[in-house]
Parts: sequence; structure tokens; C-alpha cells
Amino acid sequence: MNTTTEAIKAASPMEEEALDFTPLTEAERSKIQQPQRPSTRYWPEVWNRLRHNPMAVFCMVLMLIIILLAIFVPIFSPYEFDATSLMEKKQGPSAAHWFGTDSAGRDIFTRVWMGTRTSLVIGFLGALLPYMLGMIIGAISGWVGGRVDMIIMRIVDIMLCIPSMIYMILILIVMGGNAFSLIVALAISGWMGSARAFRGRILQFKNREFVLAARTLGATPIRIIFHYILPNILGNMAVGLCSAIPGAIFAEAGMSYIGLGINPPATSLGQLATDGMKYFMTQFHVFIFPSLVIFLIIFALYMFGNALRDALDPRLRNEDFVIRRFRREKRRHRAERRVRA
Amino acid sequence: MAEAPILQVEHLQKYFTVGRKAVLHAVDDVSFTMEKGETLGLVGESGCGKTTLGRTLLKLYKPDGGKILYQGQDITRVSAREQRKLYSRMQMIYQDPYASLNPFMTIGEIVSEGLTIQKGTAKALAPTRGERDEIVYAMLERVGLNREHANRFPHEFSGGQRQRAGIARALAVNPEFVVCDEAVSALDVSVQAQIINLLMDLQESMGLTYLFIAHDLSVVRCISDRVAVMYMGKMVEIAETRELFEHPVNPYTIGLMQAVPEADPDFEKGKTYQVMTGEIKTPVNPKPGCRFADRCPRATEQCRREDPPLTEVAPRHQCACFHP
Repeated sequence: MNTTTEAIKAASPMEEEALDFTPLTEAERSKIQQPQRPSTRYWPEVWNRLRHNPMAVFCMVLMLIIILLAIFVPIFSPYEFDATSLMEKKQGPSAAHWFGTDSAGRDIFTRVWMGTRTSLVIGFLGALLPYMLGMIIGAISGWVGGRVDMIIMRIVDIMLCIPSMIYMILILIVMGGNAFSLIVALAISGWMGSARAFRGRILQFKNREFVLAARTLGATPIRIIFHYILPNILGNMAVGLCSAIPGAIFAEAGMSYIGLGINPPATSLGQLATDGMKYFMTQFHVFIFPSLVIFLIIFALYMFGNALRDALDPRLRNEDFVIRRFRREKRRHRAERRVRA
Repeated sequence: MAEAPILQVEHLQKYFTVGRKAVLHAVDDVSFTMEKGETLGLVGESGCGKTTLGRTLLKLYKPDGGKILYQGQDITRVSAREQRKLYSRMQMIYQDPYASLNPFMTIGEIVSEGLTIQKGTAKALAPTRGERDEIVYAMLERVGLNREHANRFPHEFSGGQRQRAGIARALAVNPEFVVCDEAVSALDVSVQAQIINLLMDLQESMGLTYLFIAHDLSVVRCISDRVAVMYMGKMVEIAETRELFEHPVNPYTIGLMQAVPEADPDFEKGKTYQVMTGEIKTPVNPKPGCRFADRCPRATEQCRREDPPLTEVAPRHQCACFHP
């Protein structure tokens, strides 16, 4: 019909040799023969990238130290975390009491790490539980669609209209101030946001061609969600989750502040900081140490979340190489300029 | 060709609800059969329902009416489990090589996915991982990639290479029937030629049957044994390739062919295009009558009243028009 057709017709299987590819030279062939990159699977690759990111390693080590201290200090400390001693109250940091003592003479070093225990448990579970709950509900809503989606989303809308403070206060009053009821309260008041976000992500990916392709390979919905959609949104989720942990720790601190959180003598970082606020002007150390630990936890998780997002995305894996080349070029330019000058 | 047809489609319908009482007739009363080993080209302008038809055949969309018979078996309503098994026999090659590969899986994982999923089916494809890897490597080499590519991620490839990977993924499960949904439309012309050659080679060596969806007439002419033309969800003409291109009967087919520019600049300057006039009606809640009537030079009262049925105008040449 026209010359385009002729060209395509000319490239029929018979003359394919001539048209398909230019033959490789010996050098190119030998380069192709040797493996160019070690065999990779997704998860080992992620770990590898994480391992080579100094910030991620620093944050992981920091979190590990904090977790180990939280586990072992209360066990091996010579003081009980709730043992009062009126002789030693309101002391500054010393060799006997590393972080000093509070108004009841309790050793703050022991109390801080006991509090870290509680706060970490509440932080991790209180962030993870609503996230998982929202994920499951959101996935059902987005995947099934139609009427189910409509009903679930209306429930979410209604629940979002009520301030989360109200759920938390009600649940804490009914169940009492302890770590378990705080986690339950966080889960019930926090799942709606992640359900909505996750539903949106499912809808976004549901009709992508690679998801359709998975369906025509016979993949079950579970497989599609876990193998196709989840990896694609894991980067964002990791960051969301890492910033939700500080959120949960803060929520606990807030509840402690209005007297509904962890009840003394049991303790948490939020409760310790609140306690310290009262003596802020005279006994600075009571306030500063728990606050410092909160800061370190949040800092480490946040930076780790960012590093994790980068590590989870295979498209960023050559970035280091590019940056290194860029720096090399820059050095070369500078050297050249110096030579000229 | 004496064998039973591999695919029989009878009065297939797929409607989409687009609003209150607004129904989009994406595929409306389409019937055709396909013989084993042939390539049926499917052409038509954007939005005429080509892709919807292809996806409905593979049950990505639930048909709203009619019947799909695959090798004599009615697959219009089968359980999800049965359907998943069927996907080892019918496959799809997708349009956009940039969107059709999961960016988080290596090429090797993508190609072996079908084998992994289908390992429990009656076909018993490669039960162990080592066997699967061998098939994947063989498949990659067959489509013109090499085994080292298995460890790379899709973003490290060009469009043509990705499309090759997409083909390898579809063919790894050794299907009999493949829907090529605009498989070359997103590629450069030179790469198109390579991919078309590849598809034709594979058809020969694996005994494949293609439903080749495209909007480029020259590509369709080159690869197809028969060609079907769709307009607004209806099949308006179907014939053997040579017959259709040399003696098009339906006014829409004629218009479609005249709209193709010539590659010869001297000839091109002298040519006057007989452009189709009128707006494309929307396929939402269509009125009865021929869908092309408003733009058709031959339209009469009858065309606006009744749907023209698909009738035989020459041997193996069917056309839906009252005035052929």
C-alpha cells in the first residue's frame, strides 16, 4: 500500500538476519558472555543498599542501642525503677545516679529506660496496629469496589468526623491507663486514615497494565496485592510508618499529660517528661533526659524511614554511582582550572 | 482449517455504566470465529472497543451478554479458579512496555511469574525452581534477550527490550491463543518491524493463534491472515487481508483506508483525501440504526432505523451495511 508497508514486508522472517540486528563485534560478545551483575532478588538487594547507606546504618545502630538499653538497664540496675528514697530526692547527676533523681528520690536513669520500654512498645504497636487494620480494610474496599467500597468509605467518613481525642479518652476511661488500652485506643482512632490512603493506592494500581498482566497470568488477588501493589507503595508506607511511631509516642505523652495515660508508678517517656516539666526551672535534668531519648528515637526512626524508602526503590540503585561520577568530574574540572591558573 | 475453531465469539456484549442511566456500549453484539494458527487483525479508531473486546475475551472484564467458546468449551461464566487455569492457554501482550512490567521485579521474576502461578494446573509446567529458571532463560533467548538480563529491573531496558520481555512473559506458559493489544503501537517504527518479525517467528515455532489489535493499517496488513474492522463497538467488516484491503465494502472501512497518508511525497501532494465528515457519535446510550449513518455518504432512511446485520458479501467476507 505504501513504502512503510513495503519496509515491514521486506523484513519478513527470511531476511531477518540482515535487518534485525547489527552483528556483535568480538569485544562486545565477550562482554555480554560474562555476567554483568551478580544474581539479585529484590529483598537481598534492598538489604544491600541499606547496608551501604551510612545514615541508615547509624540510625539502625542508634535504635539498637536504645532498644538494648531499654531491655537491660531495668534488669541490671541496682535501683528499682519505682523505689522511692526520700534521702536522695532531687539530686543532680552523679556517679551513683547517672541521670540524678526526681522529687521522690527515684533513680532517673533506671526510670528513663523503663519508660523507653513502655514508649517503644506503645510506639511500635500503636503505629503498626492501626496501619495494618487500615491496610486490610482499605485493600478490601479498593479491590472489591462497588457497594462494599461505598459502605466502608461511609463508615470511615463518619468515624473521621469524630475527633480522635474522644475515642482515646473514652477507651482509656473504660479500660484504664495501661499500655494495652493505649494501643487499642490508638488502633481504633487511627485506622481510618490509613484505610483511605491504602484504598486510594489500590485503586491507583488496580488498572495498571502490569496488574492486568498479573491477572492474565492467573494471579490471585492476594498475590497481586502482596507481589505487585505492596512493593510499589512500600516506600511511602515505610516513611509513613516510621513517622507514625513518633506520633504514637506523642499521643501517649499527651494522654499522660492529662492524666489518662500510663499511671505512676509505672512510667513512660511522655509521663517522665511531663513530670519533669513541673521542676523545669530548678531541676533541669529531670526533664531533659527523657526528652533527649524521645528526640533520639524520633530522629533515628525518621532518618531510617527515608533511607528505607530509597532502598526499597530499585530505580534509585544506581544513584551512588552517578553521584560518585559527578564528584569525580567536578574534581577534575577544578584541577584543570588550577592548572590553567 | 478443518479443525474446530479455537475461539468462537457469539453476540458478545460489554457495557459500562458511566452515570445514572448512561450506559456505554463498548462492545455491542460482536460475533466472529478464529481458526487455530491464524492471525486476526482488529482495527478501528481510538475508543471503538478494540481493547475492551480483547480484555473481555480474556475475562479481565465480565461479559454482559453473549458467549465465548474456547476450543468448544463455554468460558463465558467459569469460576475464578477455572479461569486462572485457563490463563495457561490464553495470554495477552500489552500495549505500553513502560507500564506493563512491574518496576519492582527483575525481568527473570516477571517471566517466571506465570510458571510459578500455573505450576499446579493440569498442564504441570516446570514444577521445580531449576526447571523454571531454565525455561525462563530459554524464553529470554528466544525473544532476543539474553540470560544475564534476567537479573535486571525493567527500568534498565529500552522500550523494544521491555516489549520483548512482555512477550516472553506471555509465552512462557506456552499458550495457544494470544491477544496482542496494540503490542507494537508504542514503539519506534524500526523496533516495530523487529517485534513483528519476532511475533511471526514465534507464531510459526509455537503454533500460536493471534488476535492482533492495532490501529496502524500497514502493520495489520503485514501480520494478519484476516482483518476485522470495528466501529463504535460493532464489528462492521471482516474478511481475508488481501480481500479487505483490495475490495473494502463497508463505507467506514473505505474511509479508514483513504485516511492513511502515502509515504511517497510526490504521490502524496497530488492526493486529495476523502475525509470522513461529521462527528463521531458517542457510544453512550446509542440510538437504534447504523452507528455510522451520520457520517456515511450512502446513508438512507433504513440505515437510521435499523441495525445492519453482518452478512456475507463475498466468500469469507462479511460486512454490516445495507448498501454494499
